[in-house]
Amino acid sequence: MFAYIIRRLGYAIPILIGINLLTFYLFFVVNSPDDMARMHLGMKRVTPEAVENWKASHGYDKPLLINSEASNLDQLTDTIFFEKSLKLFVFDFGSSDDGRDISFDISQRMLPSLAIAVPSLIIGLLVNITFALLMAFFRGTYVDYTGVILCVVLMSISAMFYIIGGQYLLAKVFRLMPISGFDGGLDALKFIILPVVIGVVSGIGAGSRWYRTFFLEEAGKDYVRTARAKGLAESLVLFRHILRNALIPIVTGVVSLLPLLFMGSLLLESFFAVPGLGSYTIDGIQNQDFAIVRVMVFLGSVLYIIGLIMVDIAYTIVDPRIRLT
Amino acid sequence: MNTGAHIIIIVVHALANSSTTLTMLMPLAGVLRHAIVVACIVLSACDDRPWNRPYPAEDADRNILYSLFQERPKHLDPARSYSSNEVTFTGQIYEPPLQYDYLKRPYELIPLTAEAVPAPRYLDSSGQQLPAAVDADEIAFSVYDITIRPGIMYQPHPAFARDQQGKLRYRQLDAEELASIHVLGDFKETGSRELVANDYIYQIKRLAHPQIHSPILGLMSEYIVGLEDYSRTLASAHEKTIADEGDGAFLDLDKFPLEGVEVIDRYRYRIKIHGKYPQLLYWLAMPFFAPGRHAADRFYSQAGMQQRNITLDWYPVGTGPYMLTVNNPNRQMVLETNPNFHGEVYPSEGMPGDREAGLLDDAGKPVPFIDKVVFSLEKETIPYWNKFLQGYYDTSGISSDSFDQAINIGNSGEVSLTDSMLTQGIDLSTAVSTSIFYTGFNMLDPVVGGNTEAARKLRLALSIAINIEENISIFLNGRGIPAQGAIPPGIFGYEEGEAGINLHVYDWTPQGAVRKPLEVAKRLLAEAGYPEGRDINSGKPLVLYFDTPATGPDAKARLDWLMKQFAKLNIQLVIRGTDYNRFQEKMLKGTAQIFQWGWNADYPDPENFLFLLYGPNSKVEHNGENASNYVNEKFDSLFDQMKDMENGPQRKAVIREMMDIARYDAPWIWGYFPKQFTLRHVWLKNSKPNLMANNALKYKRIEPQLRKQLQQQWNQPVRWPLYLLAGLLLIALVPAWISYRRQQGMSAIQVKH
Repeated sequence: MFAYIIRRLGYAIPILIGINLLTFYLFFVVNSPDDMARMHLGMKRVTPEAVENWKASHGYDKPLLINSEASNLDQLTDTIFFEKSLKLFVFDFGSSDDGRDISFDISQRMLPSLAIAVPSLIIGLLVNITFALLMAFFRGTYVDYTGVILCVVLMSISAMFYIIGGQYLLAKVFRLMPISGFDGGLDALKFIILPVVIGVVSGIGAGSRWYRTFFLEEAGKDYVRTARAKGLAESLVLFRHILRNALIPIVTGVVSLLPLLFMGSLLLESFFAVPGLGSYTIDGIQNQDFAIVRVMVFLGSVLYIIGLIMVDIAYTIVDPRIRLT
Repeated sequence: MNTGAHIIIIVVHALANSSTTLTMLMPLAGVLRHAIVVACIVLSACDDRPWNRPYPAEDADRNILYSLFQERPKHLDPARSYSSNEVTFTGQIYEPPLQYDYLKRPYELIPLTAEAVPAPRYLDSSGQQLPAAVDADEIAFSVYDITIRPGIMYQPHPAFARDQQGKLRYRQLDAEELASIHVLGDFKETGSRELVANDYIYQIKRLAHPQIHSPILGLMSEYIVGLEDYSRTLASAHEKTIADEGDGAFLDLDKFPLEGVEVIDRYRYRIKIHGKYPQLLYWLAMPFFAPGRHAADRFYSQAGMQQRNITLDWYPVGTGPYMLTVNNPNRQMVLETNPNFHGEVYPSEGMPGDREAGLLDDAGKPVPFIDKVVFSLEKETIPYWNKFLQGYYDTSGISSDSFDQAINIGNSGEVSLTDSMLTQGIDLSTAVSTSIFYTGFNMLDPVVGGNTEAARKLRLALSIAINIEENISIFLNGRGIPAQGAIPPGIFGYEEGEAGINLHVYDWTPQGAVRKPLEVAKRLLAEAGYPEGRDINSGKPLVLYFDTPATGPDAKARLDWLMKQFAKLNIQLVIRGTDYNRFQEKMLKGTAQIFQWGWNADYPDPENFLFLLYGPNSKVEHNGENASNYVNEKFDSLFDQMKDMENGPQRKAVIREMMDIARYDAPWIWGYFPKQFTLRHVWLKNSKPNLMANNALKYKRIEPQLRKQLQQQWNQPVRWPLYLLAGLLLIALVPAWISYRRQQGMSAIQVKH
């Protein structure tokens, strides 16, 4: 397994270079260094000298990808791409274009993102699995039909409606928790409840229906029929056999979500004024801060690759038949 | 604690103390006990305190103002910060020599740290003093001598901390010391120091620092003697310093003299500028000209500080009434009173009506009144509005979504608060902003631009056809007044009534200004060579192009409306939506045809608006703020004359003549001056819109006890949904349990597969 992981990590390097190149290309197709300078210098009284000065002091006065005026290797290394990208691979994120240290900001914003995302994932997973098991257990009954209808209804509602409706009903009309905000330590709890509730409820429809199909697929297999034929109680069949085997696709889905936990939720963080990494990325894009954008894309890619490796490892744990070679 | 909670606590005690009971109830007792303890904790919180309070409960009756920021400030360095969301902070922390009177209108400059508003001395090119009433053309230099008040101290700050030997404590931080430093508050020791004249000189020099990128360097280089060369000198010196010293390099500005500024003595300094520039006084009321500290710059420049985000850009050092004690722009920023503040009193004079409005109740009392101001990050308007209604923000603007909830517009256009606002005791204040939004024609464009009679008539026809009043009514909920010229109300040169209307677009009637009928526009269009919207020569329909960065769903309605306005003249308007960068590029290159633009005043002087039409300020040729690239020699020469004049009848006459020229040429469809609507709760006092003063926080006062009482009254939690939810869960479990039992009891053949 160790050799497999090393090999996968090796594959990651060209992928990350490619992603970095693509990010760089896409960003500079839309924003030129002059645009970035104007954005950072403000809208009023920006002189061409100020633009040139800003570019020079932030390292954006060089050619983007190839420096035709340089010689030999410098043609590739004396460019914005090389100078801005190389340090990423040793996780030296440097400063944002407005001068703040990116690693510091990420360290500050990581916890608020996780504070919302981790409970949302865990509680959401428990609720979805429970609800899906309930529907599978009572398949073909009014519980199942009602549950499926409810799931379709929940899936049909947009995320924005959940957020605004949740804020309106729970925080404004019922006044049960703050509408938005965030705080450190235990004081964060009262701010977390509402986004977590909304995150969980908004995911019930899709999650439960998805898991229900896994459970029903397993329920129709021969080994389940055999278990029943042996006289096992239905609850035992469900929890001991069906749930365990249905865990494989569930684990795959959950592990692939792990990077998203770290990156935060763009909508939830924005509406609940949570200072997480989702809103950090959005701020970076809005402010045309290439330093932040490239770091967040790079970090997201790294985490996604790690997540996929974790999926493979998780397969071997939940299904002993699978071997990583 | 309520009765329910007491009963549960008694039960818990009974369970905990009775081994017999526990034995009997095993195995449920453990689960039950935990559930009861949790319920007890929840219910014990059921006192009068609101559950939805977003701030610590212990602060409920403290003298704290709660405000917000929607976008994190990018820069708090006074030489660099320019945006309104940045000046909100720097204005309270830094003290330039001058400020605006809080209550008086028109806006009036008064001393802040200065002893008096300085009067310039004028010199000719040989340095001889000229009389005050001399013609501006004869003035080679203006000299301002500014005397600051002694005894003004800086806020406590580690940059000023000294050890027992009197040396700066944190001047040379090593890696070991830095290891325990993460935020500025981690420095245990602080110190202070008296404000001296050199601090102001130092700050003016900082405007030219190559790494600060001050937005006013270009403008000030035109005036402050030697500043342009100085910025070049500093640039090369900085390169050398970086090469020699690497990370942590410090460019000592005290070693580089600047010709146009001079320390006269400890409390007096001098600024020498080219020619006559009376507007300099307004700049002296902005944080750009607040004191800068050499010690602070050196402190922040040390190696390792940047990596911790400990920079002057994030931790300002000032002498103002407040200091920034928490700077987490990702979540919250907190201003607290500066214990070293030199003291100031609330103004004793105001305008008629101010006394009746209670704005002079605190006359002569020492400011600031508020101990602490908490700014929370709030990106979305809906939570902001709802929290304001709950009493958790002390003031609020009104977004379009909430307008109908807050404001009633009467039949004759009068504005009043809705009953729900009045019930809450909310107060409304309105003020016409010192801003203008206009639709501009690119005067370099071959169709709508140029000085030909045909193009002028085309522009005038469109000016008449586009109904700004309708636009204000539909899209701004009436929050604006149609502009008759470039100068908004409250700025010298603005004229009310018949004298101030644009007679090319409006007619004066007893009811006021009335837009000319569409027939006039059609006639002008025909005279321009486009009868019925078709080119008289080719017969082809006239197609015009509107360049805009606004392409979202909100903009669509506005753009559809604009197309309909053009369609009234049978002119096809093509919307060329683009992103903001490309739009800027088009404007810089002069390839846009028609566009919308705005300007927010830097200072209350007509020069700051009329320069938007000044030829040498054109965007394409001079990279200036004249986005229409309008050039009219007569207008330009009048501008040159007007900008140096003192306010008075002569200046007003020149402005009137300039406006007549611009209205005739119609480089803009004059657009509107936005109206600012601000709501405030009953406990917030001394709130008067002042669109120029950026340090008005010190005058505000709150009544925390009243706020706490009303917050509690408005925010009592509604508990029944919790009970209902619990009940519903139980009800749902019963049939499920029955069904489960039934299924368990079935034979295998009955179980559905």
